[in-house]
Amino acid sequence: MIRIPQPHEPLPSEITPRAAYEGRRVWLQQAGALAAAAGGLGSLGDPAQAAAPALTPRAGKLDALAAVRGTTPGSVVMDKLTPYEDVTTYNNFYEFGTDKSDPAEYAHTLRTRPWSLSIEGEVGKPLKLGLDDLLKAGAMEERIYRLRCVEGWSMVIPWVGYSLSTLIRRAEPTSRAKFVEFTTLADPKQMPGVRSSVLDWPYVEGLRIDEAMHPLTLMAFGLYGEILPKQNGAPLRLVVPWKYGFKSAKSIVRIRLVERQPVSSWTRAAPSEYGFYSNVNPKVDHPRWSQATERRIGDGGLFAPRRPTLMFNGYEAQVASMYAGMDLRKFY
Amino acid sequence: MLAGPRTSLTNLLVHPLAKPALWGLCAVPMVVLIGRALADQLGANPAEALIRETGEWALRWLWACLAITPLRQVLQLPALLRFRRALGVTAFVYGVIHLLAYAGLDQGWQLDAIVKDVLKRNFILVGVLAMLAMTPLALTSFNRAVRALGGRRWQALHRWVYAVAVLVLLHFFWMKSGKNDFGEVAVYGAVLAALLGWRFGRWARTVQ
Repeated sequence: MIRIPQPHEPLPSEITPRAAYEGRRVWLQQAGALAAAAGGLGSLGDPAQAAAPALTPRAGKLDALAAVRGTTPGSVVMDKLTPYEDVTTYNNFYEFGTDKSDPAEYAHTLRTRPWSLSIEGEVGKPLKLGLDDLLKAGAMEERIYRLRCVEGWSMVIPWVGYSLSTLIRRAEPTSRAKFVEFTTLADPKQMPGVRSSVLDWPYVEGLRIDEAMHPLTLMAFGLYGEILPKQNGAPLRLVVPWKYGFKSAKSIVRIRLVERQPVSSWTRAAPSEYGFYSNVNPKVDHPRWSQATERRIGDGGLFAPRRPTLMFNGYEAQVASMYAGMDLRKFY
Repeated sequence: MLAGPRTSLTNLLVHPLAKPALWGLCAVPMVVLIGRALADQLGANPAEALIRETGEWALRWLWACLAITPLRQVLQLPALLRFRRALGVTAFVYGVIHLLAYAGLDQGWQLDAIVKDVLKRNFILVGVLAMLAMTPLALTSFNRAVRALGGRRWQALHRWVYAVAVLVLLHFFWMKSGKNDFGEVAVYGAVLAALLGWRFGRWARTVQ
């Protein structure tokens, strides 16, 4: 049998990047400690355990959030991780200000408990879940995704969460549920940026139902093995790795299943610049800048060159079929 | 204003070390930026931080340069004129570093990419135009150039600086408009309006 490498697959020479071998090192240490603790009970000889992939070491800043390594195809990319420091200090979260340093500076006023999320609209069983129920609603997985911002920069982040589909299925969507609308918190008492008129609050995003149910679409509760920092959208946020970052709404309070395509906040603000789909696409430029390349944050410092942007952010093999036959210039 | 403090201020301004001190002051932001770059203290996106900081400093030095004439007349401190050239040249040098940082750090010296980007992004085009308009002013900032041109022609040429300032403000405004973030732009815009408005008032009085 001839094996033809898929375009999304890494070259054999790229297969062992730093994050992976560092992870293995950590795993070997853990395995060593485990073996010592087990006192030669033979646990080391278990092939299933030996094949278990390592998790990213915890950042050591917030409460731990236990998980297993994701197994969905595409859920663990091999790129070098963006350091925790960069992931948590360079954010777009306009509810706390438009400067990328604002969220890290001002998000401490966000109260993440008590928190509740309602799932409503075209569903058989509307739900209102508290944070503890949400944390237990699915099996937590670590997923290492690329995140590509529409502004032309990118990160690689080890998220912790479970597929959004797990949550949506519990509400039993009806046949009229064609789209999913996400609404996020907009409380001026907790979020100083909401007093500015930069966007229409609350922030609203949307997905087509098949996009929302795609196994890669993640409801994230943590990163780097811990609960989400407030500036990254605590206590729960969406992560859609093949779309520009603004589609991945933060601090979500309501998920509504609807029949008509929702109008997202950015589309409302500038319809010719931010379309409903907003799939990462190096061939379709933003009207005001090119999307062909991106700057990878935390990789190489001041003199690092920009890198080419990948179609669907490198998730073409997993998601392209959802857009078969669509003119991606028209549905940008 | 009392004669006493003004005289002592003038003595300070004409001190032989005053100009070297100003040149030293002009270098401070760049030295700090280089220090932060070497210490990896420019944040998650160091290239972007360096480009933005140098650009904003170019603007501030240009505004400082444009403030000399109004301050000189309002405060009746003719000695201030000694510092105008240093401020203008400093604005130009920061602008050049800003442009080189963009071309090198952001675009990796890829000429085709730069040309495409300049044409695609209006605010960058305006920034490039501002630098082009400023270049003849920097090149004629030497005493010999002033003599060669003659005072009147030199002055006429250097009135371009008002157009440069407007282009610089437009560049900054368009860059910030992506996020509807006009706080800083409003401050710089108000200062420039005051500086140019004062000149307009003076001109209107001479016409009458």
